Amino acid sequence: MTLDSRIPGGPIAEKWDRRKFENKLVNPANRRKYDIIVVGTGLAGASAAASLGELGYQVKLFGIHDSPRRAHSIAAQGGINAAKNYRNDGDSIYRLFYDTIKGGDYRAREANVYRLAQVSVDIIDQCVAQGVPFAREYGGLLDNRSFGGAQVSRTFYARGQTGQQLLLGAYQSLMRQVDAGTVDMYPRREMLDLVVVNGQARGIVCRNLVTGELESHAGHAVLLCSGGYGTVFYLSTNAVNSNVTAAWRAHKRGAFFANPCFTQIHPTCIPVSGDHQSKLTLMSESLRNDGRVWVPKNPGDKRPPAQIPDADRDYYLERRYPSFGNLVPRDVASRAAKAVCDEGRGVGETGLSVYLDFADAIRRLGVETIRARYGNLFDMYKRITDEDPYQVPMRIYPAVHYAMGGLWVDYNLMSTIPGLFVLGEANFSDHGANRLGASALMQGLADGYFVAPYTVANYLGGTPTPAVSTDHDAFKEARAASQGRIDQVLAVKGSRTIRQFHRAIGAICWDYVGMARNEEGLQKAITEIRRLRDEFWQDVSVPGDKNNLNPSLDYAGRVADYMEFAELLALDALERRESCGGHFREEFQTPDGEALRKDDQFSYVAAWEFQGVGTRPALHKEPLVFEEVHPSQRSYK
Amino acid sequence: MAMTVTLRVWRQAGPAAPGRLETYTANNVHPDMSFLEMLDVVNEDLIKAGQDPIAFDSDCREGICGSCGLVIDGIPHGPDRGATTCQVHMRRFRNGDTITIEPFRARAFPVLKDLVVDRGAFDRIIAAGGYVSMNVGGAPDANALPIPKDVADRAMDNAQCIGCGACVAACKNAAAHLFTSAKIAHLGLLPQGEAERGRRVVQMVEQMDAEGFGSCSNEGECEAACPKEISIASIARMNRDYLKAALGK
Repeated sequence: MTLDSRIPGGPIAEKWDRRKFENKLVNPANRRKYDIIVVGTGLAGASAAASLGELGYQVKLFGIHDSPRRAHSIAAQGGINAAKNYRNDGDSIYRLFYDTIKGGDYRAREANVYRLAQVSVDIIDQCVAQGVPFAREYGGLLDNRSFGGAQVSRTFYARGQTGQQLLLGAYQSLMRQVDAGTVDMYPRREMLDLVVVNGQARGIVCRNLVTGELESHAGHAVLLCSGGYGTVFYLSTNAVNSNVTAAWRAHKRGAFFANPCFTQIHPTCIPVSGDHQSKLTLMSESLRNDGRVWVPKNPGDKRPPAQIPDADRDYYLERRYPSFGNLVPRDVASRAAKAVCDEGRGVGETGLSVYLDFADAIRRLGVETIRARYGNLFDMYKRITDEDPYQVPMRIYPAVHYAMGGLWVDYNLMSTIPGLFVLGEANFSDHGANRLGASALMQGLADGYFVAPYTVANYLGGTPTPAVSTDHDAFKEARAASQGRIDQVLAVKGSRTIRQFHRAIGAICWDYVGMARNEEGLQKAITEIRRLRDEFWQDVSVPGDKNNLNPSLDYAGRVADYMEFAELLALDALERRESCGGHFREEFQTPDGEALRKDDQFSYVAAWEFQGVGTRPALHKEPLVFEEVHPSQRSYK
Repeated sequence: MAMTVTLRVWRQAGPAAPGRLETYTANNVHPDMSFLEMLDVVNEDLIKAGQDPIAFDSDCREGICGSCGLVIDGIPHGPDRGATTCQVHMRRFRNGDTITIEPFRARAFPVLKDLVVDRGAFDRIIAAGGYVSMNVGGAPDANALPIPKDVADRAMDNAQCIGCGACVAACKNAAAHLFTSAKIAHLGLLPQGEAERGRRVVQMVEQMDAEGFGSCSNEGECEAACPKEISIASIARMNRDYLKAALGK
C-alpha cells in the first residue's frame, strides 16, 4: 500500500481554499441521514461533535468520563496561539507556519501546518463569540503573551486555565447540540474496537463502564479524538485515565501509526518526590516569560539558593541561547536541564531538578504583578511542594507531556482506513518532532471546528456507504474479540497488580526511550518490553468482575495495550537513526550537544502497519517535501 | 517519616445496594503523598489481599477536571480551602488520625459505587441553556467588541467552575445554585451572552429544579466548599435575573 497524503496542488496559501472548493458537499436536508461516531470529548472531539451537530448530522459522542467536560484538554494551562498580529510585532500566518515547521524540527507536513496557521485566527474569533473569557487589557482588547520558540507575542490566554476555558466553550456548544437532539452523548463509555465493514470504518464496540455491558454502534464515519499516549511512561503530566486504547485498537484494525517516538518531554514540571507518585504536575511554560532558569556553577554546591551569589550561578539557557534565552523550545530546554543534572549540578534532594527563579521579576515588576500573572500556578506549586515560590525559586524538572506521534492521517485527517478520521493529539500531523507551546489547543480546535466538518462532508458526499446494522458479522466478531480480551485478563488471577505492571513498563520507557536514547538501550528496551508483556498475561491480578463498575478492569485493558504499544514506541525510536526535536539519539549530535538531523535519510514520516503482536510491523514511508521552508540546523542561539 | 492513619470509608456495591462505613488501616503514608495517592496505596494492598478496591473518580489530579470529589471528615474536598480532593496532601493529617471518607451526597447525585456518584444532572443544566447560541463560522473579529478588563475578570471568576459538585454536597438542601449561577453570571456578564440572558436563566433554573436539587437558604456553605472559591454573589445575580425574566414573560 502506498501512502497518499492527498495534499492539494497549487501555492501553499491557496491549498486549503482549493481543497474546500473541490470537496463534495452534503445537502442540508440529507445530513440528518448520516450517523457520525465521535470518540473522545476533549477539544478535538467536543468541537467536532458540536460543529457536525450544528451542520445537521446525527452525531453519537463517546467519552470515558462522567461528563464531556472532564477530558484532559481541560488541564492545559498556558494558552493558544493565533496569527492575529494584534501586537503589531511582525506576526503573520506565514510566520506562525514557519515557526511551527522549524519548531517541529522539519518533520511535519508543510501543507497541514500552513492550514493550521490559517485557521488559527478563526479559532480565536469563534471562542470569543462563545463567551470564552480571555485575558484582556484595560482598553478592553485581548491580551497576549509569548511562548517558547517564537519571538512574537501571539498567545491568547485565560489566566493559567486556557485549556479549561476553551474546553468549556466547546462543551457548551456541544451541550447546545445535545439539547437540540443532533448529538447523543454516551458518557462513561470506552471504545474497545473499531468495526470495519468492506474496508470502511462503520462503527465501534464500546464498554459501558457503569454496567460493564458491551455495546455496538454503527455509523457512516468514525472520528477518533482520543488524545495521546503519554501515560505509557506511567509518570507524565497527563491525566491518570488518559490512554492509547482506542487508537491502538484502531491500529490493530489497519490504521497506520506514525512517528510514535516523537514524544514531548516538557521542561517545567514539578519534580518527582517519591515512589508513591501517581502523576506529575506541569508548571506552565508561560512562567519562562519572567522566570530565570539556573543551577549552581559548581557541582556539589549545596548552599540554599539565596546564599548562592550571581557569580556562582549558571543561567545556562541565557548563556547557551542568548537570543531566545529562557524561551527556547521545549525539547531544547529539557535536554539542557538533563545535561546540567548529568553534570552533577542539579538541585534538590534528588539532584534531579533545576531552579526557576522569579526573584528578579518580583524586584522589577512587584509581587502583585507576578501574582496577577501566575498566582494560581504559584499556589498550585506551593500546595504540592510545601514551598513558597514568592520566597524561594521553584524547582522544576522535565516530564513526559505530549505525543506528537499518533495515527497517520492524510491532509483530510483521514487514516489509512477509509471513513476513520483522527483529530487532535491522537493524530500525528502538525507538530513534527516537537510541538511548540500553545499549539496543542490550536490544533485540537482547528481539526474539530474548521477542518473535519469540511473533509468529513467530502467523504460522506463522495463515497457510497451502504446501510450497515450492528447485526453484521463484523460487529459480532469485534464484540466477541473484545469480550475475549476482557475474559482473558480477568482469568489470569496472578500475583502482581496492574499498577505494578504499569510502573514497570513506564520505567523501561523512561530509562531507554526517554530524553536520551541510543541503539543499545533501545534494543534492550524491546527485549524487556516483550518479557514484561509475557509476565503481564501470566501474572496480572485484576480484581472484581466484568458486569459492573470496575475501574481496575478498565485500567487492566489500558495497560495491556501499553504492553503492545511500548514495543512500537521503542522500535520507531530505534529505526530513526538521527536526532530531531524530542527524539534525541545520543549517537547523533552536534559538537555542542544539539540534535543532529539526517535529512538525506530520515526526512519522512514513519507509518507503521500492524502485523500481529510480537511480529515486526511493516514500515511505510511518507517522504516530507519542503517547498517553502528550507530545512536547516535549528538555531535558537 | 511514614505515618499510619485509620480510614472509615463508605462502601456501597451499587446504586440500589445498602452502604456502610468500613474501616481500613493505611500504613506507610508519606506526608508528601496526595490524599488520592494514599487511597491508591490502600487499594494496592486490598487487591493483593484479594479484596475489592475502593472505587472513586479522579483524573487530572491537579484540581481542574472536576472528576474527584470526596467528603473528608464531613467536608467536601477536605480540609484545604480552595482545593479539590486531589490537591489535599497527607501532610495535612497527623500520625494516628482517623479519617472518614464519604461520597458527595445528594438526591440528584445517585451513588454508582462506593465513592463514585452520577453528576449527569449538571450536564443537563448546562444543556438547558448554559451556552451562547452561535454556530461555527459566523463569528466577528475577536477584537471587534472591547470588553472592560474588570468585566472580563469577573466573568472569568465565575467561569472557573469545574463542575465538581462540592457546592451541592456542602449544602444541607443539596441545592445547585452556586453551580448554576456561576454559569449564568459568566455568560450574563459578557456582551456575547446578553441576547439570551433571560431565556438562559429561566431554562437553567427550571432544569435545576427538575433534577431534584433543593432550595437555597443563603447559608454560604457552597462558597466555603468551592475549590475555585466562586462567590455566592452570583446566586443573588441569578435570582435578580430570574425575577426580571419571569416577570417580563
